[in-house]
Amino acid sequence: MPTITFIEHNGTRHEVHAEVGQSAMQAATFAGVPGIPGDCGGACACASCHAYVDEAWVERFAPAEGTEYDMLENVVERQPTSRLTCQLVVGADMDGLTLRLPAAQF
Amino acid sequence: MSLDSVVIVGAGHGGVQVAISLRQEGFRGRIVLVNDEPGLPYQRPPLSKAYLLGKINATAMLFRPETFYADQRIELVHDRVAAIDRQNRRVMLDSGSALDFGHLVLATGAHNRPLNVPGSTLSGIFGIKTKADADLLSPLVKQARNVVVIGAGFIGLEFAAVAAAEGAAVEVLELGDRPMARAVSPQMSELFRAAHQGWGVKFNFRTGLAELEGEDGKVSAVTTSDGRRLPAELVVYGIGVIPNVQLALEAGLDIDNGIRVNSSLLTSDPHISALGDVAAFPCVQNGENLTRLESVQNAVDQGKLIAARLVGKPTPYTALPWFWTDQGNLKLQIAGLSIGADNYVTLGDAAAQQLSVLCFRGEELIAVESCNRPGDHVFARKILARPPALTPAAAAAPDFDLKAWEAANRP
Repeated sequence: MPTITFIEHNGTRHEVHAEVGQSAMQAATFAGVPGIPGDCGGACACASCHAYVDEAWVERFAPAEGTEYDMLENVVERQPTSRLTCQLVVGADMDGLTLRLPAAQF
Repeated sequence: MSLDSVVIVGAGHGGVQVAISLRQEGFRGRIVLVNDEPGLPYQRPPLSKAYLLGKINATAMLFRPETFYADQRIELVHDRVAAIDRQNRRVMLDSGSALDFGHLVLATGAHNRPLNVPGSTLSGIFGIKTKADADLLSPLVKQARNVVVIGAGFIGLEFAAVAAAEGAAVEVLELGDRPMARAVSPQMSELFRAAHQGWGVKFNFRTGLAELEGEDGKVSAVTTSDGRRLPAELVVYGIGVIPNVQLALEAGLDIDNGIRVNSSLLTSDPHISALGDVAAFPCVQNGENLTRLESVQNAVDQGKLIAARLVGKPTPYTALPWFWTDQGNLKLQIAGLSIGADNYVTLGDAAAQQLSVLCFRGEELIAVESCNRPGDHVFARKILARPPALTPAAAAAPDFDLKAWEAANRP
């Protein structure tokens, strides 16, 4: 069971045990991490699960495309490492993945 | 005396959000979530699409795992509320027990408007509201060759897209003259009509349902209001919902097309709130008229607002409504309410299935519908949430771009 670290904008760290195959968004909401509402439940419809992928991990995910890419273009505080975490599927080899949260969603 | 307990009736998006937000806001009292469905609370939107197609499993639909509720001291009670005793601030449960409340939140949702033609009780006829409905329907949609959908609203069309993708011949009966007529502009309806027809879905507009025929207790055909007979092994209807107001009605709360609440989402009893599909609230985007919205956003934002109020941070409800639906390869996202729209400006290309429709009432931008233009949706939500307002003339200019306009007009 990979452990993912979510770091809130204020620096608070949350170590979350994720299931393989789960989205990073769901791992966060299941653990009650504040700052990732994930209102649409992972349908890539609401852009409320934005996070920054740690540099070391960026290449491990297929790049954002389609709906995710278009929504990311327009979220607040967009950075090159921005992703919508509902589109990041947790793999067995992702123990140690770190995701930082923006100051505000949307 | 400070609030010691909150009982929440209904474990959909709104009810669960109140419980989660109360703990996030630091509420330390007792929280009881009364759920009349088996299992852990789950999200309904995938029932008519991703879950039905097998793209996601039941676990992925859960709001939270079981441990979360235990950790957060949110008591899950599987029961039905039989009555509200307002005098003693207590709800009576079907099981015979009772729950005292300091504050009560009614998040009872809505039920499907039923079919009322002969044959409606045959098997093979479904509304889609619960996981149990979807679990029964899922294997049938894979086998069915002839499917009839009653109603061309969001649910009916989401299902039609699924059934067509599974290879069924799909006929849709709709009393109106275009798809999703209550919810979207004529331009957006047209895009979806063309797309569904491209997937093989056949529309029958201005056509009602007269009768359902069966063999051995199972539906076999549909007779339309204009006398045609369509074969059908499977019938799915989505003809609107009816708010679950019975409890509130019997308790003497004000009812007006839903449980009537004020801008703080309080009912006519100051110890009882209501939210989500069941609540009729004064909607700032609808001229303060009492409005009932059936959407995830509405339930979630109203849940957050009630939780904040209960810990001493009251605000009036003003959140911008937004909606989405996924049908085949089309993602439609709507920001705002288009009630009364009389002027439309389009961006993009309907033929390429990438279209945004800016809906104006007079000079005022009131809603933006975006199909496969999710970037527009994000900006629409920003633009609609605050002034200055975008005018139809500015939007109709050549090379108009929502993103550029938002950046140039940011307060």
